[in-house]
Amino acid sequence: MKPYEIIHREQIAEGVKIFIVYAPLITKHCQPGQFLIVMVHENGERIPLTIADFDRERGIVEIVFQEVGKSTLQLGAMEAGECLQAIVGPLGHASEITGWKGVVAVGGGIGVAPVFPIARGCKQNGARVTSIIGARTRELLIYEEKMRAISDELIVCTDDGSYGRQAMVTEPLRELLETEEEIDLCVAIGPAIMMKSVAETTRPFGVKTIVSLNSIMIDGTGMCGGCRVSVGGKTYFACVDGPEFDGHEVDFELLMARQGMYRDQEKEAVDDSSHPCKIGLPPRKPA
Amino acid sequence: MTKKRSTRVPMRPQDPGARNKNFLEVNLGYTEEEALEEASRCLMCKGPQCVKGCPVGIDIPGFIGRIKEGRFNDAARLIKKKNSLPAVCGRVCPQEEQCEALCVVGKKGDPVGIGNLERFAADHEAGNPDGITLDMAPENGHKIAVIGSGPAGLTVASDLAMKGYRVTVFEALHKAGGVLAYGIPEFRLPKAIVGRELDYLASMGVEIRCNILVGASVTLPELFAEGYRAVFIGTGAGLPRFLKVPGENLNGVYSANEYLTRSNLMRAYDLEEADTPIAHGKRVAVFGGGNVAMDAARTALRLGGEEVHLFYRRSREEMPARKEEVHHADEEGILWQFLTAPLEFIGDEKGRLKALRSQRMELGEPDESGRRKPIPIEGGELVTEIDTAIVAIGNDSNPILTRSMPEIDTNRWGNIVVEEATGRTNCRGIFAGGDIVTGAATVILAAGAGRTAANAIHEYVQWITWGEAPQS
Repeated sequence: MKPYEIIHREQIAEGVKIFIVYAPLITKHCQPGQFLIVMVHENGERIPLTIADFDRERGIVEIVFQEVGKSTLQLGAMEAGECLQAIVGPLGHASEITGWKGVVAVGGGIGVAPVFPIARGCKQNGARVTSIIGARTRELLIYEEKMRAISDELIVCTDDGSYGRQAMVTEPLRELLETEEEIDLCVAIGPAIMMKSVAETTRPFGVKTIVSLNSIMIDGTGMCGGCRVSVGGKTYFACVDGPEFDGHEVDFELLMARQGMYRDQEKEAVDDSSHPCKIGLPPRKPA
Repeated sequence: MTKKRSTRVPMRPQDPGARNKNFLEVNLGYTEEEALEEASRCLMCKGPQCVKGCPVGIDIPGFIGRIKEGRFNDAARLIKKKNSLPAVCGRVCPQEEQCEALCVVGKKGDPVGIGNLERFAADHEAGNPDGITLDMAPENGHKIAVIGSGPAGLTVASDLAMKGYRVTVFEALHKAGGVLAYGIPEFRLPKAIVGRELDYLASMGVEIRCNILVGASVTLPELFAEGYRAVFIGTGAGLPRFLKVPGENLNGVYSANEYLTRSNLMRAYDLEEADTPIAHGKRVAVFGGGNVAMDAARTALRLGGEEVHLFYRRSREEMPARKEEVHHADEEGILWQFLTAPLEFIGDEKGRLKALRSQRMELGEPDESGRRKPIPIEGGELVTEIDTAIVAIGNDSNPILTRSMPEIDTNRWGNIVVEEATGRTNCRGIFAGGDIVTGAATVILAAGAGRTAANAIHEYVQWITWGEAPQS
């Protein structure tokens, strides 16, 4: 197998794909909670993607991504057997998965993927794990069986009620916090607004809440500061100080504002590369 | 002194009105005639002062003498005995503070254009290969690992390859070169030149492996376990400093590292070819007074900046940037805001930068360092409408490798502590040099540190002693 070769690819939901990639330099040391920087082609962007699973012996990582922009669309168009241009990692601090008694793992949308290895790690280290996973609709739910296999209890929600309980993840979370005594950690990964809601839900209960911040990144190694976030009033770099932070201290408004920095350019790039040409020009392929 | 001797043959630049819209190299280089004429100005001093000003001790009269004789490639090879990156250094060294500052001809007129001549020789050899290479020692079978493919690492790699070592360079980014690739813009140092230097290394058998982050993908103990006899750490000063004023996290405020990495490494300036976006600010404020600030400001002009302001808290004379960069920036239309300090970035309701509040300063009494201290002028606050800000006030050392190896001694700023004469750290077999040791400095100083460490590594591997002088 060649470095960065796509061993297996699968569409698991609308616009959501799993890739299994051969990357032995990543798998030698990677831990739950860490992420990768991926380049699809030589002139492409460098984008951060979280590690959803890994197999050290076989040297393979599993990544889950949503096709939301030009780079993820290009990534999604790649076939098994093709190689990515580059994968760098593992980046960021690993999750703290030992010493917990009762963990609530909350995953929203494709955030369930990086929650999975963290929840599994906590369970393997003796914690009782209750998992709550949610998505807008049934088609966008991922990793249900994987989560069920490693959780003492799994609660599934959809916003529209098309599957599981019709609720935002914060509803069962609040109920759990009101009834369960021994919860000493809540891990929440998903869209920024969801992580913010989870943090607000756990705040009155005083439960330590860890979130994983998905800032825009370039190098991922601390040298540019593009991923800066504000936590407890101080500025940190999500790539070398995170990606996990105390959810009760994170300035989510700033995170969401900074995530929107290139919205216009991103939209233009997607339109540019996907609109059908009416005057017979060939579609622009990556160089 | 005749008039001919006292003025330098000027380096022809692209016209400022045209060049501030394109990324082509600004300096066009000497023609052969110009090089011969400039070389003839050199007095070939018996006790050359210029050599003393060179951090790596290049035989300057030696190479200029060869240029005079029309032996351009020989001149390049002579330079390469001391400096493996002449095409780069000829372009980016602050010669006015080094060799040219001590040139005797400069006492009565313009110093000899040593940098221009170095560039000429290097470019000539690259463009007119004659098949003659420097003598390399036979392979000795020892493996050396170099961490970081910037000027320090590349110099260690080429020096040790010449001495017969098998060198592997590990680079975290997807392209090699370090600051040469991500920091210095195309219009000052074309990436084709960097590519050429890298090809030269490859021709010597040096292996460069990109996308490997030592300290994360692989650890130093693992490298030793794989049989590397010594490791050189040249990871650079890559953790940007911010101004620490309110509003610094607004959209549109960049560190110079981010802005330049997007533009240079990710080629965001080339909308057709590259995918990475970058702000094309119309009203831009750049903070800082060094070469990086000049690079950021001049890049902003080229990316559509209509008003690009350079805010520096001291005066023009005190700016540490290379004189030529300041001159070029002047010509290209940078608006200077000297003795002005930033107070606050102001944003709109969407978190987007829209203005800067700053303070005019004046030079007051000298402080403990002897320099006159800037003090605020009463009533001298101003608000400038800007949409993009670039902070170029320096870097601290990148923490990834040092965090993974806390055994390596660092100072309180995270710089690796080394023995100056050898580049040795406190850990056996581990050497370091360049910005990770000194903090942000120059290409040539990094190259010099690389040379020092390469010699020490050679001694260490050959004599297998650590902390003792080898038997001669």
